[in-house]
Amino acid sequence: MYHYDDFDAAFVAARVEQFRDQVARRLSGELTEEQFRPHRLMNGLYLQLHSYMLRVAIPYGTLSSRQMRKLAEIARKYDRGYGHFTTRQNIQYNWPALKDTPDILAELSSVEMHAIQTSGNCIRNVTADHYAGVAHDEIADPRPYAEILRQWSSLHPEFSFLPRKFKIAVNGAAHDRAVIQAHDIGLQVVRNGEGEIGFTVYVGGGMGRTPFIGRKVREFLPERDLLAYIEAIMRVYNLEGRRDNKFKARIKILLHEKTLETLREEIEAEFAARDPKALDLPPEDVARVAAFFAPPELEPKKPVSDRVERRKSKDSRFASFFASNVVAHKVPGYVVVTVSLKAIGAVPGDASADQMDAVADLAEDYSHDELRVSHEQNLILPHVALDDLPAVYDRLASVGLSTANAGAVTDIIACPGLDYCTLATARSIPVAQRIAQRFGDGARARSIGPLKIKISGCVNACGHHHVGQIGILGLERAGEETYQITLGGSADENAAIGQITGPGFSSENIVGAIDTIVETYMGLRRGEDETFIEAFRRVGLAPFKEALYERSAGSDI
Amino acid sequence: MPDVITANRLADGVVVFQTADGGWSEDFNHAAVLPDAAATKAALDRATDDVTRNLVVDAYSFAVETRNGHVAPKALREAIRAAGPTIRRDLGKQAEGHAPLSGPTAVKEADHVSL
Repeated sequence: MYHYDDFDAAFVAARVEQFRDQVARRLSGELTEEQFRPHRLMNGLYLQLHSYMLRVAIPYGTLSSRQMRKLAEIARKYDRGYGHFTTRQNIQYNWPALKDTPDILAELSSVEMHAIQTSGNCIRNVTADHYAGVAHDEIADPRPYAEILRQWSSLHPEFSFLPRKFKIAVNGAAHDRAVIQAHDIGLQVVRNGEGEIGFTVYVGGGMGRTPFIGRKVREFLPERDLLAYIEAIMRVYNLEGRRDNKFKARIKILLHEKTLETLREEIEAEFAARDPKALDLPPEDVARVAAFFAPPELEPKKPVSDRVERRKSKDSRFASFFASNVVAHKVPGYVVVTVSLKAIGAVPGDASADQMDAVADLAEDYSHDELRVSHEQNLILPHVALDDLPAVYDRLASVGLSTANAGAVTDIIACPGLDYCTLATARSIPVAQRIAQRFGDGARARSIGPLKIKISGCVNACGHHHVGQIGILGLERAGEETYQITLGGSADENAAIGQITGPGFSSENIVGAIDTIVETYMGLRRGEDETFIEAFRRVGLAPFKEALYERSAGSDI
Repeated sequence: MPDVITANRLADGVVVFQTADGGWSEDFNHAAVLPDAAATKAALDRATDDVTRNLVVDAYSFAVETRNGHVAPKALREAIRAAGPTIRRDLGKQAEGHAPLSGPTAVKEADHVSL
């Protein structure tokens, strides 16, 4: 875990006091809303449908038990007893009062947390693989690089007034669990032929109303050039990104309009013109930050636990949990446990204060005091000894967090949608709940296998619907909620934008339509080993379209 | 189409509705129903004064209609805003008995959205 040094602590504390003064001046009328808005947004405070909403950064999704307990305490003391974990590894509180927000930020700073740059046209919270540091297929832990980027970009004077928001993700493993190709900049840690660490750099990915998969601008960027090269990208974007049209202001549009080749030339020219000493990132500096993320000292153990095997043989629910929510740690005899925030019928990503405390206690007792938040809106216990798994499972079950569905049909990403969000055009959460209830947690759901459904309540795509294997986009048409379906999207190293099936479905019929898609897949797959996305890539859209619009009675056309 | 004026209270963000005397209520059912464009404009002017006085933010008007004998927001967005999240009936105005008595979010009419 990264720990603030004196500079960090003073920086965040000063920021809290600055915001306290800004809030006081707003409440006294000294500042108008127009004057105040940029200040509150730079501190993660929005005005949403029912109230203010505070978005708190969880840098690269890593937090300690102490930090999680503080999040629970804030939920109880200043909010309505719960929080919402988001697709950007943040947490959002839905009901804070403006007058309380300086105190909330002060409480956060006491556990080395903040809400800086969780909104506004700046470089946002840098996200990373939620299995960072524990994955088998990892080349290097992405979090030291994410932390270095966070420090470099925090209140960066040149990049605090960009044409539009800017999102960076870093993935350190062979398998992309950080959706890097859907970010403004995606960094994939790689090794070159000499075994040196560097990055493959993708630029111009993004979702929203105009989705693009990121394009590769650099096959291998040496580690020590990381900041200088990112600065070159930011400078080209800051200068040339469109400020005349909010909907065309992201770097993905700049890339699209200029072409990859031209943008790459400009970035490389900017990079070549740098002062070579100004933003050099020497290995000693990387090592200094990486030391904070050193893995706990785990003594290798037997890769099979008699205790776990016995429990699996007599408890089918535990066996299901083991099969879906548990993956091997890179140290033998340890596992990485996904705590699903997708109980059947629950609000995806929501956790009560009691649940946050329970998971914090589990992390302290069984996971070296460490937790992760995934962009899939689940929590992770990254360092659990295999022998401890039955105890961890029982304690999760006691607080309603033992649902065995990680990566399954009911592990649905959903944005807050029209239930909370001013931008939304339709509700997302009730659709996710109804789909989860339709498939349930029995044999049928298990037989479907891995399937990623992602739901957004408007074109801004916070629910990542474009890269959902089944994507659902909620829109409003003639005063009614309507849901457009896309198929074949992918959020990993084979990133793809889903294809629209055709006309949308009403709220009443959308769940049946998803059921039709799943049934069609089950009918055409070449056995249980062929996943939904594999089958889709083999057969394409046609069989699904036919099932949805020609054979199904549920279609709205 | 008749209108109602709404805003968020500055200090805590709570959704409020303009009442007949030009004040603000947390309860949609206490909102002044404005019969025509002239009345809406006059009420919005008054609301804008309250924005200038830093009592409320983001004041605007929205359409209402009569359903089952009760005034209700026409758009789902406004119905949810006046009631609370449809997926958490224990939160928001609906939990305090302040929700619209009719319309898309009224519990009796839309049980299928209450999971």
